[in-house]
Amino acid sequence: MIKNILNLGDASIYYDFGEQINKETNKKVISFFNSLKKANLEEIINLTPSYNKLIVSFDLKKTNFIELKKKIEDIKTSNIDEKKNKKIEIPICCDEEFFLDKERLIKKLKLSAEEILEKYLNKSYFCYMTGFVAGMPFLGDISKELRTDRLKTPRVKVPEGSVGITEQFSNIYTFESPGGWNIIGKTPYKIFNSNNKANPVLINPGDNVHFFPISKNEFLKLDEK
Amino acid sequence: MKSNFFEVLRPGINSTFQDLGRENFYHIGLPFSGAMDNRNYLLSNTLVNNKYEAAIEFAYQGPLLKYYGKSTVIAVTGDVNFSITKKNKKLINGECYKNYVLENEDELDIISTNKSVYGYLSVSGGFVLEKILNSYSTFSRAKIGPFKGEKLFVNQKILINKTSNFKTQKKIKYVNTKIEYIRIIKATNFDFFSKKAVENFLNKEFIVTKLTDRMGMRIKGPIIENIKEKNIRSEGIVKGTIQIPPDGDPIIMLSDHGTIGGYPKIGVVISADYDKLVQLVPNTKIKFKLVNLSEAEKIYEIYRLETDNLINQIK
Repeated sequence: MIKNILNLGDASIYYDFGEQINKETNKKVISFFNSLKKANLEEIINLTPSYNKLIVSFDLKKTNFIELKKKIEDIKTSNIDEKKNKKIEIPICCDEEFFLDKERLIKKLKLSAEEILEKYLNKSYFCYMTGFVAGMPFLGDISKELRTDRLKTPRVKVPEGSVGITEQFSNIYTFESPGGWNIIGKTPYKIFNSNNKANPVLINPGDNVHFFPISKNEFLKLDEK
Repeated sequence: MKSNFFEVLRPGINSTFQDLGRENFYHIGLPFSGAMDNRNYLLSNTLVNNKYEAAIEFAYQGPLLKYYGKSTVIAVTGDVNFSITKKNKKLINGECYKNYVLENEDELDIISTNKSVYGYLSVSGGFVLEKILNSYSTFSRAKIGPFKGEKLFVNQKILINKTSNFKTQKKIKYVNTKIEYIRIIKATNFDFFSKKAVENFLNKEFIVTKLTDRMGMRIKGPIIENIKEKNIRSEGIVKGTIQIPPDGDPIIMLSDHGTIGGYPKIGVVISADYDKLVQLVPNTKIKFKLVNLSEAEKIYEIYRLETDNLINQIK
């Protein structure tokens, strides 16, 4: 199940679950993550699950790569907990003003703007992970015809609420941040809310997300930011 | 009984509360944050007899603060120009790594850092703050931290814990030496880059650009050519990771970095060199030097012992 274990810098372990990106691989990552979380080792200071990797950051004052790697080998991975995942409807406005990479995508994908949006909006997406900035969901898989690479030079500021696509994935910029994804629209919803202490993140790994289009007027009415 | 507090007369450019950082939230996308220069954070606290209280971290221009209350003790660390104006208008030029008594209505002016980015201010007993998600650290991008995650602002009143547990006249000699090389370890995509690119990366000079903040540092030098894949599947990254976006200009991830990234990683700055790295101002020339994991661990051990020695000298 784990294909390769490497160090990333001097204070983290990099677990590679193989090149296949699918729900099955991702569920293995999530269950390994849950097991380590449950083990609650004091030398571990962060765990970062993604599609097919888990990064374990540790306190170099307390342990080192070889020592912690050995300790983790003895932790049994629990079975995937099949808790019920949510279906979430998210509004998106794809008005000119928010569809920042319209021209780039029309050129790259050889599709009209209408075709791009139609293909994007008629599917629901699985949440593989959250992160990069607080609460950002990584959703997939988008239609094959919409797949393209990131911007060559990332934007210094992507506006909060922007919805982006790259390769087989889509995301939502939960805060203004730098970023290189192709922006197709903007949601008025607040995806991350630190005031909600029990559950600050609206979309969690395993959830299914569907976007529904709204007009600029509706966007302004719904804007939570 | 009246409380002790600072009134912020000028907040400075980027002044925030920081401590050792916020653990165990990478998986929902919250960075580690915390003091950029960990050693200077610890020293400012130690000089006022605190342990891990929040300090005010400032960048370039620091805050101008007016103190109200019973006498207390403060210390500033880093390479910083600052002064204290006493109530009777007497001006004292401040020295870093030395503590000072502040009395009612004294003004503390943290004028600027000197050829460095960050400095720290600690006050005996620490500030009266609420921990957010187990830490005093401010992550201003997501508005997480004391005072709703805001940077310091004009007219802010910052309460200070009462303590009589301070020692006066503590001082150490410490110079923030410049570093000749930033030492790195190969990262997971090291072999994505051409032989020439790796040679350039390890031998040529790079310049720190203005696009540098608590989140990351963009540097410019020879283009680092990727001969494999320009993007990878987004995956976790750690503080000090050097990513190469498709334009070939490296980005070093710093304390408020995005927890996940999709650009190939050529290297990671070793933990021992991180404090020095973050202090590099725009236009500084830097060079990288490759070390292996066990060397990095040994260098960290030395860094840790040096830090402990400095702390013990103060105690």
